[in-house]
Amino acid sequence: MGTLRGAAAFVGVADDASPTGELEVHGRALEAAMIEAALADAGLSISDVDGVCHANNSMALAEYLGIHPRFTDSTSTGGSSFEVHAEHAAAAIAAGLADVVVSVYGSTPQGDRRRNAGGRGGGRGFMMAGPNPQAEWEMPYGLRQPMGPYAMAATRHMAQFGTTPEQLAQIAVSTRAWATMNPKARHRDPITVDDVLSSPLQCSPLHLLDCCLVTDGAGAWVMTSAERAAELAKPPVYVLGAGTCHDHQMISQMPDLTTTAGVISGTNAFGMAGIKPDDVDLLMGYDSFTITALLHLEDLGFCPKGEGGRFVEDGRTGPGGSFPMNTNGGGLSYTHPGMYGMFLIVEAVRQLRGEAGARQLESPEIAVAHGSGGVLSCMSTLVLGTEATR
Amino acid sequence: MTTPPATPTRPQPPEDETSRPFWEATRTRRLLYQWCTVCDRPVFFPRDICPGCLGSTLEWRESSGRGTVYTFSNVHRPQMPNFALPAPYTVALIELAEGVRLMSNVVNCDPEQVRVGMAVKVTWERLDDGRHLPQFEPA
Repeated sequence: MGTLRGAAAFVGVADDASPTGELEVHGRALEAAMIEAALADAGLSISDVDGVCHANNSMALAEYLGIHPRFTDSTSTGGSSFEVHAEHAAAAIAAGLADVVVSVYGSTPQGDRRRNAGGRGGGRGFMMAGPNPQAEWEMPYGLRQPMGPYAMAATRHMAQFGTTPEQLAQIAVSTRAWATMNPKARHRDPITVDDVLSSPLQCSPLHLLDCCLVTDGAGAWVMTSAERAAELAKPPVYVLGAGTCHDHQMISQMPDLTTTAGVISGTNAFGMAGIKPDDVDLLMGYDSFTITALLHLEDLGFCPKGEGGRFVEDGRTGPGGSFPMNTNGGGLSYTHPGMYGMFLIVEAVRQLRGEAGARQLESPEIAVAHGSGGVLSCMSTLVLGTEATR
Repeated sequence: MTTPPATPTRPQPPEDETSRPFWEATRTRRLLYQWCTVCDRPVFFPRDICPGCLGSTLEWRESSGRGTVYTFSNVHRPQMPNFALPAPYTVALIELAEGVRLMSNVVNCDPEQVRVGMAVKVTWERLDDGRHLPQFEPA
């Protein structure tokens, strides 16, 4: 086993407080000031930072700072959060996931009380730094969440690359075909492209059947060391590679609505695993909407950017096709309790162990579980493999 | 007995000391954005520091109010049953000529006629407190 010992060190620190008990600066500006001071203490600048830890919302912090971290940790364990962040950051650094990680905390309950007395607007939560930018810059315009941002990505993809509603619909059709072989799937009746296109428009160009389900669901996984795994009953499924990246929180801040941070997370995960897209036998790609899955196919390199529609239109992601995707029936037809990423891993492990029943692929050795969080915001890619790939 | 339909409403944008210059300018129908004098680039949404150099080097500038539709969606099934605009209505990301992108509505245009790349210009919807919300219409 590797060890974290000596792998990482604290190189800069900063703090601020006042005898009056009150600070002038508050909210995100306070957090930014602390980060700048700690970086200065270390002789580093913000451009060196590629990892961010925050005990409430690391995406909002990074968006405010204008950085696109490849390591992120919003772990919130109350008072010990920042020790946990340090533990995670050391592990990430030892593994090459990040070079410079910052963690920050600012909270101004005294000043907030004064500012809010006689001030306008709602008070800020005790843990919350700064206002919610979405309330100010997005919510007044009536975009349905979370569907609307994905619809905007689909509109842009269609305009930029000529992708059609029929091509998006085919993803739902192929995924449903897999669901017919999953006895636990919410929907098991086959559907056609026409069925998708004649289902009610929700947010153009997405129809009802372009959208994931809302269902109950649950799952779990257990991970252990390779040494220990070798002594257990089931064939181990190894984590061969991992990568994460987020490039916005609000859709209005996404740099390019047709290219996700999956380009970064995928490149890093595949690089760590030493594989190419051609080596992947199964993609479990988070399908909150049909467009989501299409973007994964492009951003992970299974087809060139803009070619996702043509890649899926012959049904190759369905049963019998050359590129199986979402063999459990996906968020579109199997289950979607809200945070579906658990199910990507469960299905990938079952397929690699040969336990997938009627939908079992023929001897898959490498599977990718690719999660998507926020509104195409935070992408995280796992490359999993059998003993033969280790 | 049926309940009368609720008055159409919009979620009112909150503001704070950082964004106040933006919202104050809307009282006289002016659209502002920030500019970093060190990085020489525009910034939106309003911040205290430049998302690039972290410097307190931002100044306010006035936009021409002209831009293009970067992307959009026509909302057929709204989340808010009494939202200000009748469905279907257009929510868009507008790329201003000055180089920043913001969310807004495209109004005074049949939603079916909205296109990516379409030229638009700002128009204003009065809010209850005298501020205005930027909206966009075909230019």
